[in-house]
Amino acid sequence: MEKNFRITDEDGIHARPATALVNTANKFKGSEAFAEANGKKVTLKSILGVLSLGLEKGDALKLIVEGDQAEEAIQALAEVMVNEGLGEVHA
Amino acid sequence: MLEIKGIAASAGVAIASAFRLEHPDYTIQRESVNDPQEELKRLDAALAKAQQELKAIKQRTEEQLGAKKAEIFESHLLILSDPELLDAVRDRIASEKVTAQYALDEASKQFISMFENMKSAYLRERAADMRDVTKRVLIHLLGLNYVNPADISEEVIVIAEDLTPSDTAQLNRQYVKGFTTNVGGRTSHSAIMARSLEIPAVVGTKEVMAQIQNGDTVIVDGLDGKVIVNPSAEVLEQYKQRRDQYLRQLEEWKKLKEVPTQSKDGIHVELAANIGTPNDVTGVLENGGEAVGLYRTEFLYMGRSELPSEDVQFNAYKTVLERMEGKPVVVRTLDIGGDKELPYLDLPKEMNPFLGFRAVRLCLERQDIFRTQLRALLRASIYGNLKIMFPMIATLDEFRQAKALLLEEKQKLVAEGVEISESIELGIMVEIPSTAVLADQFAREVDFFSIGTNDLIQYTMAADRMNERVAYLYQPYNPAILRLVKMVIDAAHREGRWVGMCGEMAGDATAIPLLLGLGLDEFSMSATSILPARSQIARLSKAEMEQLAAQAIGMQTAEQVVELVRDIGE
Repeated sequence: MEKNFRITDEDGIHARPATALVNTANKFKGSEAFAEANGKKVTLKSILGVLSLGLEKGDALKLIVEGDQAEEAIQALAEVMVNEGLGEVHA
Repeated sequence: MLEIKGIAASAGVAIASAFRLEHPDYTIQRESVNDPQEELKRLDAALAKAQQELKAIKQRTEEQLGAKKAEIFESHLLILSDPELLDAVRDRIASEKVTAQYALDEASKQFISMFENMKSAYLRERAADMRDVTKRVLIHLLGLNYVNPADISEEVIVIAEDLTPSDTAQLNRQYVKGFTTNVGGRTSHSAIMARSLEIPAVVGTKEVMAQIQNGDTVIVDGLDGKVIVNPSAEVLEQYKQRRDQYLRQLEEWKKLKEVPTQSKDGIHVELAANIGTPNDVTGVLENGGEAVGLYRTEFLYMGRSELPSEDVQFNAYKTVLERMEGKPVVVRTLDIGGDKELPYLDLPKEMNPFLGFRAVRLCLERQDIFRTQLRALLRASIYGNLKIMFPMIATLDEFRQAKALLLEEKQKLVAEGVEISESIELGIMVEIPSTAVLADQFAREVDFFSIGTNDLIQYTMAADRMNERVAYLYQPYNPAILRLVKMVIDAAHREGRWVGMCGEMAGDATAIPLLLGLGLDEFSMSATSILPARSQIARLSKAEMEQLAAQAIGMQTAEQVVELVRDIGE
């Protein structure tokens, strides 16, 4: 499962929303979640990994989830992205 | 019970238990181990302890400052369990057979440098979070005993060798009731900060670190410059009374808050405050300040790992201007160098830093830094009554160069369509004797002067104000200093300019009658000195003080001047 986003937050991805993303990814023990941007792919279970993407406003971000609860997980992550004002779903 | 003498740096009396603030040594050498399993266990134990601490801090912050302020600790907690970080540390311990502290330090350094090289300023600042979290774990791995000043959560008196500006910036006014240090004088940074935080302080004691243990009951008497350790019940009671009495006097002064400053014969002078951060404006307003006479912008540059961006600065300046609601705000451009260092600028050590590459000298060479600040100031100018002041001006040429840069940036901004105030006054600090002597020439080109007495005295007397052995030469009342001050004021008034003073002397009860007599227009001091000064000036006649000042500049020694002032009964 994957979903594409565009970062809309002025500050890019900062610590608070990154924390929320990682905490959400960690809830789904049975699945592996990844974030891919600017040609780099990191595990969503690492806040340092997520921050290391250096995401800024306007960047494209792809979230990828594999495993048991992939559908639920990607849905939950998308909610965080939108609720935190981080990004919008992008086709 | 033990009594230690020091220098009264910030008025008031504080009583609480001692908290020693020590900076541990974090230097870590590469060390091999025989049993990597043991190191992995030590790592886990240290991580668990750090986690416990962070959870406690997070909870406390939530309770006291709200969930928003606590969010950062949630991020710190995640870093502590971050697989990218911990896998790297564990791999290194296992493969290289090194200590856990070395492996952690190395892995953390990689993330720090990754953050430092990020394009986004916000992400670059996350390097500080990485350092903070790493230190928290290293403390346990190295068996150090250290509590971050920001973590203090009960009423304490902070005991330290010295307090750096970043230490003081982290002190929580709610819990830190007072502090005392081994080194420093009335004009050292820790003392200045104590006055702006309005907490009693005694500095330059030489021995508080040797004599006071954590948990001792300590009285800081910032009125008389004394520290009392584990007082007897009787002494404790006396000091509680003294503290209450002082607080009552403060209440009396507060009644003068809304009253304009006027001498007995009806002459108005302006009483302004010196500030270091936008937060200090609260103190200025609470103490009835009529202006900000000195906004020391260097605190914006301290306690961070890189230069503050134009927007960070703009927001700070805008906040101060808005909160002062149209009252004058004199902003001093960056005065770094001397005793104030910025690690990230990597300036070489100098033999004579006070006579070296600092303030406007540095700004004229590092124009990238200076222009950013000037742009931020210009953009903020429409939010209030901004006046810009250049520090450490020694020659007319320096002033002209600095002014030219300001005008260049102004033109650029105007071309970009940015709105800028047309009434920004431009002035200089008079703190170098050459500038004081040539004040008549400067007065034709500047809008105002602000006399920086701390440096003017040290340069005129050739006495390092950090050197306690020559402290006796730090003589504000020396007739030589008074004559220089007079020269500056007279020269300015001949050209229709105003003169302020933003050194310690401006708030000093002995100096105030003399300065009033010499014709000073604006007195800028610690916010807490404003109301006592207002009450003093109301009892003085300016006409009489003019005579007093004329007599004083004819004296031979500082002692004679002090005696003269004492005789008027103030």
